[in-house]
Amino acid sequence: MNAILPPAATGFGILTLITVVPLLGAVVALFSGRHARGVALFTALINLALALVIWTRLPADGGIGLVERLAWAPSLGIEYHLGVDALGALMVLLSSIVTLMSIDAAHRVHHQPGLYYGLVLTLESGLFGSFTALNFFHWFLFWELSLIPAFFLIKLWGGPRRGPAATQFLVYTMAGSVALLICFLAVFLATGSMDFGQLTAMAQSGALTEAVTAHLGPVMFWLAIGVLAGFSVKVPLMPLHTWLPAAYAEAPSPVTMLLTGAMSKMGVYGLLRIALPIFGAQIATMRTPLLALAVITVVMGAWAAAAQKDLKRVFAYSSVNHLGYCLLGIFALAIPISGATQTNQAAALNGVILQMFNHGLTAAAIFWFMAIIQMRSGGLRGIDDFGGLRKPAPVLAGMMGIALFSSLGLPGLNNFVSEFLIFRGVFPLSWIGATISLLGLLVTAAVLLTVIQKVFTGPAPERWAAFPDLHHSERLALAPVLVLMLLIGLVPQLILNAVNPTVLNLLAHWRF
Amino acid sequence: MLAFALYISFAGALLQALLPKSRPGLARWLALATTIAGLAIAIAGYAAAFGQGRQVLVDVPWVASMGIHYLLAADGISRVVILLTGIAAVAGVLFSWNVELRTNQFFAFYLLLIGGVYGVFLSFDFFLLFVFYEIAIVPKYFLISIWGSTRREYGAMKLVLYSFVGSSMILIGLLAAYAASGAHSTSLIALAHAGLPVSFQMWCFPLVFIGFAVLAGMWPLHTWAPTGHVAAPTAASMLLAGVVMKLGAYGCLRVAIAVFPHGLDPWGFTFLGLASWRDVFALLAVIGIVYGALVALAQSDFKFVIGYSSVSHMGFVLLGLMTFNQIGLDGAVLQMFSHGVIAGLLFAIVGRIVYDRTHTRQFADLEAMHLSRRLPFAAWVFVVAGMASMGLPGFSGFIAELQVLIGAWTARPWWTIAAGIGIVVGVAYTWRALQRAFFSDRIPTPHELESEHAHKLAPITWPEIAGVALLGVSTLVVGLYPRILLGAIEPAVKALLGGVQ
Amino acid sequence: MNYVDLFRATLPETVLECAALLVLVVDLAFLRNSALRMRAAMAAWLGVAGCLVAVWAVYAASPGAFSAGNDLLLAAGGSAAVAQLGILVLTCFALLLLVDSGFTRNPGEFVAVVLMSAAGGLLISAAQDLLVIFIGLELLSLGLYILTAFAKKSGKSAESAIKYYLFGGMSAAFLLFGFSYLYGISGSTNLQRIVLGSYTSAAGATPLLYLALVMIAAGLGFKVAAVPFHLWAPDTYEGAPAPAAAFIASVSKVASFALLISITAAGWHFLDVLHAVGRMTITAIPPGAPRPHGVLGFRYGWSLILTVLAIASMILGNLAALVQVSVRRLLAYSAIAHAGYILLGLAFFSPWGDRSAQTVLYYILTYGLTTIGAFGVVGVVERVTGSDRMDAFLGLHKRSPLLAAVALVFFLSLAGIPPLVGFWAKFNLFAAVLGASQGALPFTLVALAVAFSAVSLYYYLQVLKRAYVMPAVDGSPIRAHPVTLAALWVIAAAVLLLGCFPSLLQGWIAGFYPAG
Repeated sequence: MNAILPPAATGFGILTLITVVPLLGAVVALFSGRHARGVALFTALINLALALVIWTRLPADGGIGLVERLAWAPSLGIEYHLGVDALGALMVLLSSIVTLMSIDAAHRVHHQPGLYYGLVLTLESGLFGSFTALNFFHWFLFWELSLIPAFFLIKLWGGPRRGPAATQFLVYTMAGSVALLICFLAVFLATGSMDFGQLTAMAQSGALTEAVTAHLGPVMFWLAIGVLAGFSVKVPLMPLHTWLPAAYAEAPSPVTMLLTGAMSKMGVYGLLRIALPIFGAQIATMRTPLLALAVITVVMGAWAAAAQKDLKRVFAYSSVNHLGYCLLGIFALAIPISGATQTNQAAALNGVILQMFNHGLTAAAIFWFMAIIQMRSGGLRGIDDFGGLRKPAPVLAGMMGIALFSSLGLPGLNNFVSEFLIFRGVFPLSWIGATISLLGLLVTAAVLLTVIQKVFTGPAPERWAAFPDLHHSERLALAPVLVLMLLIGLVPQLILNAVNPTVLNLLAHWRF
Repeated sequence: MLAFALYISFAGALLQALLPKSRPGLARWLALATTIAGLAIAIAGYAAAFGQGRQVLVDVPWVASMGIHYLLAADGISRVVILLTGIAAVAGVLFSWNVELRTNQFFAFYLLLIGGVYGVFLSFDFFLLFVFYEIAIVPKYFLISIWGSTRREYGAMKLVLYSFVGSSMILIGLLAAYAASGAHSTSLIALAHAGLPVSFQMWCFPLVFIGFAVLAGMWPLHTWAPTGHVAAPTAASMLLAGVVMKLGAYGCLRVAIAVFPHGLDPWGFTFLGLASWRDVFALLAVIGIVYGALVALAQSDFKFVIGYSSVSHMGFVLLGLMTFNQIGLDGAVLQMFSHGVIAGLLFAIVGRIVYDRTHTRQFADLEAMHLSRRLPFAAWVFVVAGMASMGLPGFSGFIAELQVLIGAWTARPWWTIAAGIGIVVGVAYTWRALQRAFFSDRIPTPHELESEHAHKLAPITWPEIAGVALLGVSTLVVGLYPRILLGAIEPAVKALLGGVQ
Repeated sequence: MNYVDLFRATLPETVLECAALLVLVVDLAFLRNSALRMRAAMAAWLGVAGCLVAVWAVYAASPGAFSAGNDLLLAAGGSAAVAQLGILVLTCFALLLLVDSGFTRNPGEFVAVVLMSAAGGLLISAAQDLLVIFIGLELLSLGLYILTAFAKKSGKSAESAIKYYLFGGMSAAFLLFGFSYLYGISGSTNLQRIVLGSYTSAAGATPLLYLALVMIAAGLGFKVAAVPFHLWAPDTYEGAPAPAAAFIASVSKVASFALLISITAAGWHFLDVLHAVGRMTITAIPPGAPRPHGVLGFRYGWSLILTVLAIASMILGNLAALVQVSVRRLLAYSAIAHAGYILLGLAFFSPWGDRSAQTVLYYILTYGLTTIGAFGVVGVVERVTGSDRMDAFLGLHKRSPLLAAVALVFFLSLAGIPPLVGFWAKFNLFAAVLGASQGALPFTLVALAVAFSAVSLYYYLQVLKRAYVMPAVDGSPIRAHPVTLAALWVIAAAVLLLGCFPSLLQGWIAGFYPAG
């Protein structure tokens, strides 16, 4: 076994802090009964502040910063190794924003509010932990930690068919986890390391494949498939998506915000942080079928969304579609890096990372609106249940319209930038895939426009004549999110300036 | 110092037997004080000798004519299991706080059992070890048959006879080894160095190993475990799963493997793809893992689920032992600790927190009770315990099973794959139990709500909370900082492996 | 022949006989009008005193082996002394049980018969000559027949006594027949000469020798209740009054096994015998003489017979005990099983030293002690509930916690659970068997024996289950006589103490043998 690098003993820092704070908040919330929401909001605000601090303290060269490294269980290659680059920091930021939004959106939890907010904060801690971990064990710990609260949030506060939905969600993700665990077990056996950085370096030099082949035989390819499967379930990549519509639809909307806004990013993040750096070469060999799956995800997601009658399912499938772009970008750029391709790969990667953020923001906002609508409609959410809401609730219609337009990629709003970047990068890398995927783009646009049309325009049924508009507090809470969408749409450099060095840095360490 | 844990327990047992029957409260506090003293000694002994090698505590000739010594010693492995015993003993007393029937006798048998267990873990003379091993068997019979539930007499008798048959095999094997070694000593160390002929070890090893493995719940000799666990009162099932099954596993390691290491060597021929006892027992361990998990998946009695899950988890210990390499053995010992704590917690929830209030363990009945609402404490503790049991990272079980799997992969990759299936099924049965017992989707009828309101379940008491906290914190601490135990286990395993090679 | 020597050698027996007469005289002459309890207590205590004097006598007469001419009649020291002391101590305890029982109106006679029987036991423990053996056996047995029938009001007692007597008479006939063959083969009634004779004369290896051995085994197998000569045991154990049953189960067993040890040791230690006899009569055997086939024949024949008896006893005793509902019958079958274990120890006798003899004695003494205790408990329970069924023990822990506690100790010891003495006895015995003879057969048999001890735990637990686990039908307390209770507690303490410090008894036994 290879020697493990002696841990550079650095103490605990802000990354530990941001992971621990929500856990503490969860414990407090659990025992504070009716005041739980206040506790949760307060905690989430602290986390947002911490996330912003992290964002501002990133190293300029795009490398890993804020490293914390301590010995943990050396015989198992387990280290306490944390660190973020712009990718991680952006995800931390997104998680803290989405959690805050979700807590804000869920102000009517009557049933065991302490538990609810406790679970939400635990989930947030899981997100933070997995976005900052640089050692497999640590990462896996939080990956699993986020799963349990999500399960219970669906199970206990979900819709009528929540039981099967929660179980399906759990079983799929667990199966993915087991696949990941087995693969990393194999890698550890061969290399004696669970450190992402070390494994990336070994993959880049080709030592990883050699070691694995020497110890375990020619299984590297299968390990790559296992890892891909593990992450693809979470994103999801078709055909591993079947758990998603039920889970998203049955979960209470604030929870769906977390699921789609933040948790689905764990999968994409895993692909970027773990799968591509360590199994890049194997993924490159599977690029064509993977690309095909990504394209299918994009297109079929959109088509499936078009076929839904339930608004939440519509948005659920549209999420599949949007994350499909990320997958498209990721798989498309998996070709050997050369001077000619590098720009395109960098563009695609920039787009992917930005798309993760944008989709998180937009999807969370849309489901927030769904929460608002459901609250007012008494739980109704069929696409045909509504109509003409524009009249009684103009502000709602307007603000949700912005979010929907952001989602369909209207220029000037955030998603446009990232989707553009992705296509800009993918076209030269795989023009067929990009072209077919454009179809998805069109269908999504059609679907979302249909939603706008059916829900907000047209004749208003009698019963919705007094549909209450957004309260001031709601407007106040939603406005910053919409402003952020607009801001990113207009000034994407805000994020890209930090992301681009990381992208270049990542590409420099990947080998396909 | 550790030896006093043993003496205190026996003294406590004697004192309990002499207590008047009319003072159950006194008996409880006395038992708690005794076990806490034991735990304190275990912790102090553990901390004082952390990472150190074998230390002889007492060594006086006992039966000089046969070279039998009263030899108590401890190495890292013993200290870890002693720590487990201390924890499980305290928790068991806490979860037996509501025993009203013949309280002092209950704790007398209980402490006798604990004392015997301490004794086994401290003995380095096979004879002494065997004596303590037997001392631990009999109290179980009375604990189960007097204070137990479902088919208690059957379960108790089955358990005792299985244990006794197992110990008979051990006795025969050890007698044979003693006669064959020619050395005038029954010390395990002396026997290990006696240079027993390989052919002798070849047939004596399985005898002794199976003898111990009966108690460790090795498939297909596990059948005492589910019935025994189900029949036993809560504290006894906690101890059975938490500590007594470890006796078997510990014996497998300390006696069978350490004294007859060549028993693991290849036979020199292949039979049905099996080429050594190691293959045979690893196969049985893997079958146990998968079988236990699958059967647990099909149970309708909550406690049976936990009972079969013990079989499955103990399979990991046995598999770890059969890897016979550093990491696998580390994992096996850690899994002993881990399973002891986690199974204790699970049994406490099922037997004490739930059953003593609902008086049923059938999922069909529990489903109608909406326990997540009426007993949220139980529900969430079970969530945590269930997560620990299925081996989620952050809990002790994960590190332990991980090490076993790594060790197994190094030895024979297909073991790992089969055991991995067991883990997946483990997730399934735990969640099934969780959902059916606590989080059922049934909407309560108004009538049910009314009757629920009329018959409130008894509130959670402080001993329960304390016990849950003790066990929960143990598994979490070890899960998050495994070095706290591995630091003691690794050198001891290394010494053991070095000693036999 | 020196009568002073004879007197010294038989001093313990003489003391017992005198004590027996004394008891009779005191009971008939002075206590005619006293209360029965008083008479029983007096008789028992006098008997105990007699035994204690006899114990002193054994110590005092320790060098007193007795020979007629060149033939050793009575051995001294070694196994004989241990067995004699064991018999005396066990007799004490059996007598103490009498205090609490009211089956007879003639306690003096009972004690006298017990003491006379014990004297017979002492005699055969030391006997080295066929005639002495036979006389001793008959002395012992006649007493036992009477004791069995002593509960004159009980039909069962009479029935079992008749059975016992008939079987006993038949077996005595077999024994005598076998003895006559031995005499015919070797021309001597001395054990050592017979062994030597079977060595020196060609007739020693004839089938006649085996026939004689089978006959003897039948006779002695009856005494130790070995299968297939065990049929009397369950009935006798069930029908005899409790003190008598305890006496039969312990003292007569010790004596009979002491005799078996003598015979076996004579056969196994033929080299020692050769040496001893040769010093007296024959000139030294020339070095490098051909291997003595005849003696091997004796050894293997005897060993084979004992092995068969041992296997049959272990299997049948344990299996039959499983289905008993009467605790006395259960103890009877368990006694058969224990006899099987001990016979195993004799069948694989160590050719070197006295280890096997010591372990067998250790076993039978501790077994006798425990079994007296068990019968004591049964006797008390039976006196109160009127039944020896297992269900009579229901709720014993509530009705009499002290009695239940000692019952726990006795039955677990019988099952061989450490740290009680029964475990050490078994361990010693099996270790000696494996130490004496390597090979697959002894190992298999030991494995069988150990496995059957596991089976035995089942039926012992059946009794304890009723005592501890199952609820009482009748919750009234059971009161035992303080003397009985004290005796039982002393026995229980001894069982526990000797279990914790096994060297005490081992060292004591070993002290009677020449060092080395």
